[in-house]
This record gives sequence, structure tokens and C-alpha cells, in this order.
Amino acid sequence: MANYAHPETLVSTDWVAQHASDANVRIVEVDVDTKAYDEGHVPGAIGWAWNSQLCDTVRRDILPKDKLEELLASSGISNNTTVVIYGDNNNWFAAWALWQLKIYGHNDVRLMNGGRKKWLAEGREVSTEVPKPSRASYHATGPDNALRAFLPQVQAALDAGNYKLVDVRSPQEFTGEILAPPGLPETCQRGGHIPTARSIPWGKACNDDGTFKSADELLALYGGEGVDGSNPVIAYCRIGERSSHTWFVLKYLLGFNRVQNYDGSWTEWGNLVGAPVERGQAASTAKA
Amino acid sequence: MTDMKVEDYRERRVELAGWPVNLTTYRLGEVYHTKADNVSPGAALARTTGATAEEAEKKAIERAEQMLARTRVQKAEG
Repeated sequence: MANYAHPETLVSTDWVAQHASDANVRIVEVDVDTKAYDEGHVPGAIGWAWNSQLCDTVRRDILPKDKLEELLASSGISNNTTVVIYGDNNNWFAAWALWQLKIYGHNDVRLMNGGRKKWLAEGREVSTEVPKPSRASYHATGPDNALRAFLPQVQAALDAGNYKLVDVRSPQEFTGEILAPPGLPETCQRGGHIPTARSIPWGKACNDDGTFKSADELLALYGGEGVDGSNPVIAYCRIGERSSHTWFVLKYLLGFNRVQNYDGSWTEWGNLVGAPVERGQAASTAKA
Repeated sequence: MTDMKVEDYRERRVELAGWPVNLTTYRLGEVYHTKADNVSPGAALARTTGATAEEAEKKAIERAEQMLARTRVQKAEG
């Protein structure tokens, strides 16, 4: 696929249509809007809710290892299953789910290129039937925290100056004009961005049909902002799902080795007392 | 019947409460579904249904306008 560094991490809608019922394949839908799955999904796909099944529901964190093992086992997924994830908003939370599966060491997990949008736009079949897969056995490894940035690492990276910080939110969130995507709840006390961050909105990595742009286009997009893989990269957004989309692009489509998703993101940084904040467009050169 | 084809898929862009909004509408069986999302960054604002595309879109537009009207815009220096 389009000369990507790791083309094995993407499948097309055609591939899903042909392989969704294969014994060793499990299709999973993960949406921002958790009602979307109920409306109709890829036949045979199971649905995971990001806000109850893919996070710790007590403290702010990703899913603990034992809960992830339980989720996968109850979803009929073993360590050898090919997991294909897709979702709305061009795979926002699908990428979030893939990121977590990689943190816990699942080898073969892929995104359906174009996500739910492309499947619907192509006039394909959807189902309201919820599959009941036979229980499997699953043993996670990790967590591999090399894929994840925590606040102290971001602060250290800022001090060291050798990291590339990529803010993937909208330009208005980056400048501080708005504190959340239009229409969504504000989750921070201050607007702006982490000093030195480059503004490269996540959606710039996608074509109109929801698929990812070619490797050459992606290299030009990120390289034009000085993000070329020669420095470690930390991507962030508001709560970490849009940045997991960019994390996927940088790590698997472009093959950058050192890419971390800062899932604390602006909801954490924008609420810190005394944290440095930059406002305005000074560092923003990627226009919407 | 649990399996249906997606039909009459269409997308259009409108401006609501000063923000660009993408409306996606399609039919599943006898029901039209509309999703309204803000174009950048693409977050879902409303998901509605109706007996016609117009009815589903009208509901989505009303709900999206209500949500977008709450957005506070601040002056960004720099």
C-alpha cells in the first residue's frame, strides 16, 4: 500500500469484505460515537466502547493489562488472531485501540484504511447483529511504555530540546482560541500549546475518503515541519485519541522508530499549575 | 432482518453557528441516518434518524447548532 514502511498494518475495505469471516480474523469497530456500532456495522464485527472498555474507568489511564486480557479473551481473540480495527472519524479511536494493543504486545493488529466512513460510502452491507464469539485465551506482554509518553517525559523532552513535539489538534485549539473542538466540552483551564510544538492537524494525513495519504505525501507533510524521523517524536492532542492516529502514521506508515503518544495531552498540560504555555500562531505553519 | 445495504449515501458541508459542519446522510432499510460533525477536527456533534433524508438532516442541524452555540472563542495573542 502506497510504499508505506509497514504496509502489513493496513487493510482495505475489499480485504475486510473478503476476510471478515476467516477463522483467524476478528474485525472490531471502535467509534468516538459509541452509538454508531448499534446503527449498523461490518457484518461479523464486534464493538468496543472506548469510554468504558478501553480505559481504566476509575483513574485516568489506559486499560490495565488484566482487563485487556479479559476484553480480548471474551472477544474471541487469542495471541495469534489477526485483529482488524476500524471506526468513525477516520479511525480516531480505532487507532487508540491499536495503540493499546501494541502497548500490550499484540503482534498482528491492523487498521481498515478509510474506516467506517469508507465502508458506508461504498454502499457495503452492514449488520445490526451482535456476534457472540467463543471465548479465547489471551496472555498480554508489556506494557511497552516506549510507545507512550508520560508528563515527566514530556517535561524532560521540552528541557532537553531534542524531541519534536507534534500538536495534532485543530489550528484554533493550537492557538488557544478555543479550549476544545467546537461543540465539545472544555476539559482544560488554559488554551494554547506546549512550547516548541508544531501544529500538524491529524486530518492532514487523510484523503477525503478517509484513507491515509501516500507515503510521499506524508513525508512532505511532516518533513515540512521538521518531523523527519531524525529526532524522537511526541504527539499529543486533547485526550490522546487523535494523537494515536498521528502516532500510527509516523510509526507504521512512515516507519519512524521513536514515536510516543502523550495521552495525557492538553487535558493534562492545560490544567497544570505553572506549566509553560505558548499561545497564538508563532509556531504554527501548517494551515488548516 | 439484520443485514442491510447502505444506500443514498451523501455528504455536504454547511456552516452552523459560524463553524463548518459536515453532514453525512444515508439510508439503512427504511430509515435515514444523519451524522453531523465539525469539519476540523471531525468530532461528532449529532447522530439522528428520520423517515426522509431531509427530516434526519433537519434534526441533526438543530442539535449541532445547539452544541456549537456553546463554544467559547477567546482572543489568541501572538
